[in-house]
Parts: sequence; C-alpha cells; structure tokens
Amino acid sequence: MSHHIVHVKNLQHTYPDETVALRDVSFLIHHGESVGIIGANGAGKSTLLLHLNGYLSATSGEIIIGDDQLSKETLPEIRRTVGMVFQDPEDQLFMPTVYDDVAFGPLNLGLDPDEVETRVMEALQRVEAVELRNKPPYHLSGGEKKRVAIATVLSMLPEILVLDEPTNGLDPQARRQLIALLQAFHHTRIVTSHDLDMVLELCERTIVLHEGKVMADGPTLDIFNNEELLKTCRLEKPFAMQACPVCSPDKRPLVSQPPLVPPHSNKPHDHEH
Amino acid sequence: MLAIDGSFLDFKQLDLLALRQTPVHRLDSRAKVLTTLCFTICVVSFDRYQISAMLPFLIYPAVLMAIGDLPFGYIMRKIVIVIPFALMIGLFNPIFDRQVLMQIGSLDIWGGWISCISILVRAILTASAAIILVAITGFPAICEALEKLKMPQTFAVQLLFLYRYIFVLTDEGVRTARARQLRTFGKRGLGIRHFGSLVGHLLLRTWERAERIHMAMLARGFAGEVHSTRRQSHFGRAELLFMSGWISLFILLRLYNAPQLLGGLFTGTLP
Repeated sequence: MSHHIVHVKNLQHTYPDETVALRDVSFLIHHGESVGIIGANGAGKSTLLLHLNGYLSATSGEIIIGDDQLSKETLPEIRRTVGMVFQDPEDQLFMPTVYDDVAFGPLNLGLDPDEVETRVMEALQRVEAVELRNKPPYHLSGGEKKRVAIATVLSMLPEILVLDEPTNGLDPQARRQLIALLQAFHHTRIVTSHDLDMVLELCERTIVLHEGKVMADGPTLDIFNNEELLKTCRLEKPFAMQACPVCSPDKRPLVSQPPLVPPHSNKPHDHEH
Repeated sequence: MLAIDGSFLDFKQLDLLALRQTPVHRLDSRAKVLTTLCFTICVVSFDRYQISAMLPFLIYPAVLMAIGDLPFGYIMRKIVIVIPFALMIGLFNPIFDRQVLMQIGSLDIWGGWISCISILVRAILTASAAIILVAITGFPAICEALEKLKMPQTFAVQLLFLYRYIFVLTDEGVRTARARQLRTFGKRGLGIRHFGSLVGHLLLRTWERAERIHMAMLARGFAGEVHSTRRQSHFGRAELLFMSGWISLFILLRLYNAPQLLGGLFTGTLP
C-alpha cells in the first residue's frame, strides 16, 4: 500500500534551447497535504508540474510517487495516481459531450461500462455538474468548464490532484465556488497559482520557486509574512494580509505607484491624425 | 463589421438544432447517413445538361426540414454560403460550351448556360441535404455512424477533433482579426505581408494547443485508441422504413424524369 507521497529529489531540467528551467529542486509532500507552489512568471512552476506526471522527463534527478519511481514502466500507474488539471480547460475537454469527456479516463483504464457509468456520475456529482452531462463543452461557461475539467480527473480516482492556476479566468463567484470545492477534497493537492489569496485559503504549506530554484518551503503564513523573501521572488503579500488601502490609506504606505499614463496625455491634441 | 464572427456563432446553432427531439432526430444515425449518401450519389450522377429531372429531389430536404422542425431561413442562409463556390466551378461553361441546345423565341440557349445552372442545382441539393443531416443528427453522431459503418477510427477521431476545435480556433482567429482591425483604423493595414505573419502566428498557436491537448489526453491514459461510450441506438423497423422508402424514391426519380412524365400526362404525348 502506497502512502501517496510525492518525493522530488534533485530535479534538474534543461530545455533543448539550453534554458535551465529547474535547478536542483527537492521536496517531499506527504499524504493529504495541500501544497501551493508559487513564483513569478518563468520561475519554473509549469515545468515542475509537467514532470509530476511524466510528460517531461528530468535532465537529472528523480521523482517518486507513492512507492514507484517515475519511469517508463510505472508511467501508466503514475498518470492514474496523479490527476492533472490543466490551466486552460479548453485543452482538457476534447470529447463531444461532458459525459464522454469524464468517461475518457475510465474507459482508457479498461473498466467495464457499468463501472464507468458510476464513476462518471460520482465525479460529476462531486463538482455539481450532473445536469451538464449531455452538453458539448463549448456551450459551457468558464466556471462550468473548470469544474468539468476537474471531474474528468476525479473519475480516474487519483490520489494526488495537481492543479495549474485553477482560479485563472474565473469570476469572483465561480472562484469562490471552486475554492470551496477544492477545500472539500481529501486528496493530496498540489496547486500552482498567482492567486495568492487562494493559496492562503487552500494550502497549509507553500513552496516558493525563483529562477528554477526552491527559495523557501514552509507553512504558508510564515512565507507570506516574510516580505524580504516575497520581494526577491517578485511576489507580494496576499490582499487578505494587507491592510485595506481604501479604509485606512495611511496604514499602508505602499511603494508609490508611478502613473500608468504619461502626465501630458490628458491634454487635448492639437494636431490631426 | 466582422462577418466571420457572426457566421461562426451561427454554426453553434446548428449544433443546438441537433439536440431537438423529433421523429427524424430519433432515428439511428446510420440510416440518415446512408440515405443522404444515396441522395447525393443520385443527384451528382445526372447528365450534365439535366435540370428538370433533378428538381423533384427537393422533396427530401423539404420533408426533413418540415418533420425535423428546422428553421427555414437559417438553413437557407447556410446553403447560400456554398453557392459562390458552385458558381466558380460553372462560371466558364457558358464561354466554352456554345452549342445551342434550345431556343426560346429568338434567344439561343447555349449548353454552357444549362450545365452551369445544373451545377448550381446540384450544389443546392447536396448542400441542403448535408446541412440538414448535421442539423437532425449532430456531428458526433455522424462520426459514430461512420465508424459503425467500418470507417477507420482514426478518421472518425480526426473529424471529431476538427469539429471540436473549429470553435476554439475560429475564436482565436476572430480575436486576432479584431486586434488587427482595431489598429488599422479602417485602412487596409500593412497589406498582404502582415497578413502572412498573422496566419503564421495562428498556425503556431494551433500547434501549441494541439500539444497541450495531447498532453491532457496522455495524462488520462490515452494509448492511441479513443474508446467511446456506446449510446443506445439500434437499427429497427423505423430506420428500415425510412431508408427503403427514400432510397426507392431516389432510384425512381433517377430513372424516370418525373416532371417530363407529368407534363406528358397532361399533353397526352407520353413516350
């Protein structure tokens, strides 16, 4: 019986154009943990995620999921164990209807039709999308697409959920609904995001990546209170931890923002285009 | 302004039409695909100067539109899109084919004109049959039918993906076109040169998307074969009746020129 751990040891990845995306990344995630992976654009978050289910292979270092080391032989089992939810649900929903899409994984696992049916309906119930089952994916709203994308993964009964920017492009209510949904899961969760407020709510532990290196790994609150660290990594405190600039403007002497528009731009133009 | 924008949104409506529940919608898709195929073969196999014998074939689209409760205007607008293509094919016939086939008063009608009109009629008939087939069956069901009729699965999957992503890709194309339009201020922009790079970018983005989709498929255990959930469908008496009825009518209409026979009946000059 595996313990559903995710163990990354000295992971290094260099792209064919010789960009070094990951430098000596190591961490250990235990069963049931919810971990946020944050970092600026180009810090290596996506590259790291693509290693976790073996889409990219490491230049050096190793990855252990449960009891298995990631290799060609263990790949099918690891892909079932690690449920990957991609950033753009449009990429994940490729079948003609929602039902077919959620059934895609279980059918590939070779389950019999009745089992597939139960799994699909259970997964759709989990994300409150049962009534969408006969719709084609392009008729869904952004929030619905995201929830269905999660269901397509849940139907394979993964032990570890990996979510890339789950709240990206959602309206505030859909975002709230999604966070509540993810909070109810008992899977090991690995979430990358720029939505630091969501990370604060969802993850008790956070790993900070900067230029392909692990800069910090610890309790989320400690990391968000370390302003020095956040600044070096081109990050900022979540809004929930900042004093409200509207209610108490003097409490928060943020760095004065340069105006976005040049000062002369509101003058009427006296020349014709 | 953006005509493509509108016409593709319209395309989604075709998809919604397929969700309706009418007797023709409920028929097994194989019956509808085969009947439409037979219809098309009969229509395109007519002699190139034939017009009158093809006209009775209009009954097939007309009846299906009526039973399938399809909006007439909408289907017509879709058919109008193919007419320019048909005209392009038939355009030069009147110039090259000047054999006088008939005379109306002192006006000589060249064979070229007749064959051009014949091409047009064929285009309208086959396009309407195809569009109606999609509107009463739905594209995925058509692919499924083709697969059951022993078309290789690879083709069926290709078609399905094409259909799925046509919306996403046109959205991307429309966004690019809009961005360009907003910065050209009604002029032609920088002409064909930049149009090339625009299309190139679109191709690259398509490529990237294909890669991400493949990644998503692999992540869910894809191993080269798409298994689908079999929908309940069986080829029963209704399907048999639908197919045999229509196909025998098509064959009759193909063998005998109905308008001519009817005319002969009235003028008493039956051959």
